[in-house]
Order: sequence, then structure tokens, then C-alpha cells
Amino acid sequence: MNWSPPGINLRWLPVWSRNLLVWRKLAVASLVGNFGDPFLYLLGIGYGLGGLIGSVEGMPYLMFFASGLVCSSAMNTATFEGLYSAFTRMNAQRTWEGMLAAPLLVDDIVLGELVWAATKSVISSATILLVAAAFGVVEGWEAVAVVPILFLIGLCFGAMALLVSILSPSYDFFLYYFTLIVTPMFLFSGVFFPVTSLPVGAQWLVWGLPLSHAITLVRPLMTGQPASAIWLHFAVLGLYVLLFFYLTVVFARRKMIK
Amino acid sequence: MFQPIEARSRPVVRARGLYKHYGEQSVVQGIDLEINAGECVGLLGPNGAGKTTTLRMFLGLTPPTAGSLDVLGYAIPQRARQMRARAGVVPQQDNLDPDFTVRENLFVYGRYYGLPGVELARRIPPLLAFAALEAKAEAPIATLSGGMRRRLSIARALINAPELLFLDEPTTGLDPQARHLIWQRLRSLRSEGKTLLLTTHYMEEAQRLCDRVVILDQGRILDVGSPGELITRHIEPHVVEVSGDGVKQWLRDKGQAHVRRAELVGETAFCYLNNVGDLLQQLRTQDELTYLHRPANLEDVFLKLTGRDLRD
Repeated sequence: MNWSPPGINLRWLPVWSRNLLVWRKLAVASLVGNFGDPFLYLLGIGYGLGGLIGSVEGMPYLMFFASGLVCSSAMNTATFEGLYSAFTRMNAQRTWEGMLAAPLLVDDIVLGELVWAATKSVISSATILLVAAAFGVVEGWEAVAVVPILFLIGLCFGAMALLVSILSPSYDFFLYYFTLIVTPMFLFSGVFFPVTSLPVGAQWLVWGLPLSHAITLVRPLMTGQPASAIWLHFAVLGLYVLLFFYLTVVFARRKMIK
Repeated sequence: MFQPIEARSRPVVRARGLYKHYGEQSVVQGIDLEINAGECVGLLGPNGAGKTTTLRMFLGLTPPTAGSLDVLGYAIPQRARQMRARAGVVPQQDNLDPDFTVRENLFVYGRYYGLPGVELARRIPPLLAFAALEAKAEAPIATLSGGMRRRLSIARALINAPELLFLDEPTTGLDPQARHLIWQRLRSLRSEGKTLLLTTHYMEEAQRLCDRVVILDQGRILDVGSPGELITRHIEPHVVEVSGDGVKQWLRDKGQAHVRRAELVGETAFCYLNNVGDLLQQLRTQDELTYLHRPANLEDVFLKLTGRDLRD
């Protein structure tokens, strides 16, 4: 195995722009998809359930939920891109094989795919941010600062998904990742209710995974509440990005160069 | 006269003692090969002979277990990326981008070489003409025939104006019309002075296109030479294929005396001879047998060297 650190340069750019060109062709369908599901959640759970719940942590439930949903949407988009789309390009379509005949390295391709997954997750989650603003549950212009954080969230979940994708023998394998990691994170990381309502042991598990840190960074910016321990949360997300990007590159080299 | 090193023509590919093992399995077992600039060389071998692995090693996509290799003067695999900037690859299985049209495929691929949009806009029209795909420029890949896809793959491999082209089974699965068009294009690339390395298991293809043929089996080179050289080295000039019900007995009682070498495969006897007159005279008297007299070809060499057993 080649464990050397990934080479970083600008050769990821044509890989990223290839994906952007494909996305542009189907942008409308893709946006409807990115935005439709979370929009329905916002209506159904935010409004519907929110009406029964009233307020959480001193804010209307819809506001609490919207800030969580922006993050989980960033997670979902990057996850789907890193799993299904990247897997298709890697295997069925042999797009990666074609790229490797050109003067690109596996490292360049992985970085291009990762930055693309993050880009796409910004596109979709920023759409939810706008919808939330239209619902009147975004407190102020500080919320613009959420956008770069969404990019970081996209990198984090994109890197995790790419690693799963590279290690998976088939699409079916992804279900393990969803059932064991993604769905529990979505349910228990503070999207629907505060992490503090969980038993202490469960809280530790949740803080070990990245989504809770993402939400803790984004929620204050959208709701105008005070933030705390910002650097800790950035550090956790950053560590996830670095670790999983590195592992993805190492295992992608093993898969493609043999 | 003593020439400075630079002036001597340096081989485009120089492989010494290449080996590739996967665990217990040896796929390539000691390949030594030099390919000169402007040559068209064919790697010929049955399935599993190591053709594709050898090609992948040349591209730096499969690190050799042992041996030394340089391509276009770059050490491989260490500097394979730099080498690939000056080479083109036509893969065995198409990996054209199904999300794009013909033109977009060339454009997007050109960007992997760092070529700017203006330069690509200049390079793409002649490549579309070369591939006879001008009318299909805006067509999605899914609407192309097998021959069109292969031509597009070749055009795509030329986007960086490479000096060296690797083609892995360039005409497998194509109909005769499509195959002839590809051959014609490959010959024109050769006459432009490009170096071509192709793998194939079509003898006819190798015989028509290649200056030299490398016959590979079980990861080893069995022989190298021009198609003509290989034929004269291994096979008598005439081949007579005799078939019919009594062929076995005929060969034993009558045929054997006239031939230098014969092989019985099912109901057909392959007779190899230097002088064909007596045998043909004998065969004219045998009403129950049919026969075909033809010159020896590369397929005879191939089957003699690699055997007639099935490889799957």
C-alpha cells in the first residue's frame, strides 16, 4: 500500500469541472430533488409538529429545526454524491479509468470528487437556507457566514462517503453505512431535538460523530443565539476531513493502481 | 563516427525483465522489449497471456513486481504522469463519458491534459473529421454505434497530439466495415510518424498493421519479429487444409509421405509443406476429401507457438 500523503495541486480542477458540466445539464431536476425533500420536512415537521411542540431552547421549533435541516441536507447531498454518483463514475462508467490514462493521478481525481461533493452540498443546503429565510426563521445576515461552514460540512461527509464507496463491492453495501451511521446521525445529532435530551452515554456517541458539531456551528448563526467552543467544533470537522480524505486517497490508489 | 548520446535514437519503450505477480499468480514473467520511434508493434496472445497487464505496466497503472521500464525517456511508474501527458490510450472497453455529447467528450478530456478552451476549440474539428464524426458532433454517446465509439475513443486519445499511442484491442467486436475504417486510420497515424503499440488477438490485424509482432503467452515472450519473419521462421510456406470423413486414414496412408509436417484437428488435417505439387496431385484423386491450399500466415505461427488448447 502506498501510504504517502496526497499530493495537493490544481489538477483536481478539470475533474471538478467535469462534474459541474454534467450537473448543469440536469440542474433543474437536481435542484428540485435537493430542495424538495427538505422543504417537505420543513413544512411537515417544522410547521406541523412544531405547532404542537411550541418552543425549544428558547426559540420557535421551526427555527430550531430549520437550522438543523440545513446541516443534514449538506450531509445528505455530499453523502449521496460520494456514494452513488462517485461509485458509478468509478465502476460502471469507468470515468476514473479514462482520467487515469490522462496525466492525472488518483490523488487528483479523489480531490476533484471531494471538492465537487462539497460544492454540490453547498448548492443544496444553501437552497434550504433561502427557504428557511422565506419562512422567516433566519435571524439576521450573520447567516451568510453559514455558507463556508456548509462547504466544510460537505467536505467532511463527502470524504466519509467516498471512502465507503471505494471499499464497497456494490451499491447494496451502502445500506450498512446508511443504517449504521447516516440515519442515526440524522436522528440524534440535534436536527429534531437537542442532544442534551439524550442519556449521557448516548450524548458521547453523538459528539463523536461530525453532524452534531456541524449543527452546533450553524445553529447560532441562523438563530442569533450565542455560540460556544467554536474552534473545538471546527477542529472536529477539520480532523474528519483530513483523516477521511487521506484514507480515501490511500484506498483509491490500492483500487485503481494494481 | 562517434555519435553523442542525444543523437542516437532512443527507444520509445525500453522494458527489462518485467515481472508481475499477484500473490501466487504470475501474470507477467520476464518481459524484455524495446520499441523504436515510428514503429507499430502488436502484442499478440491468447486470453490471459498478459497483454493488458503489460500495457497497464507501460502506462504506470500497474507497478511491476520486478524489472526496469522507461517510456518516452521517463522512468515508469515513478514518472508515469509526465509520460502520459505525451501519450494517448485507447482502452479495451470504451470509457467515453455517457453524460456528454461527442464534442463535449473531446473537450472535457482535453482539459484533463490542462489544455485551455481556445486551444481545444482549435483541435477538436480536425479530430472530428479524422474520426468521421462531424455529423455526430452534438450527438449523445448512447446514440453511437460500436464503430463510432471506437473512432471517438481514438480521436480522444489524440487530443494531446501524442507521440505514442497505446491501443488495447482496438477492433474487438466491430463489424468488417468498421474494422477496415479503423485500420485505415491507424495506418495514417503510423505514416505521420507516431509510435503505435497495440494488443490484439486478430492475426489479420497484426499482419496488416504491425511492423513487428510480439507473441506472448503465459506472461512470456515466445518470439518477436515482423509478420513475414515470424512466418518464415516457424512455418513452411504452404499450408493445405484437408477435411472430410476419411481424412485420418488418408493422412496416415497417403498424405504423410508428401508433407513436411501435419496436424490433425478434429476432421481437418493441416499440412505444412515447402513444395506443394505432389500433394495437390494426390488430393485431386481423393473425391471424398475437400481441401484448401493457402500461403502460411501469422495465425499458423500463433497456433504453433501457443498451442490449440482453449483459454478461458
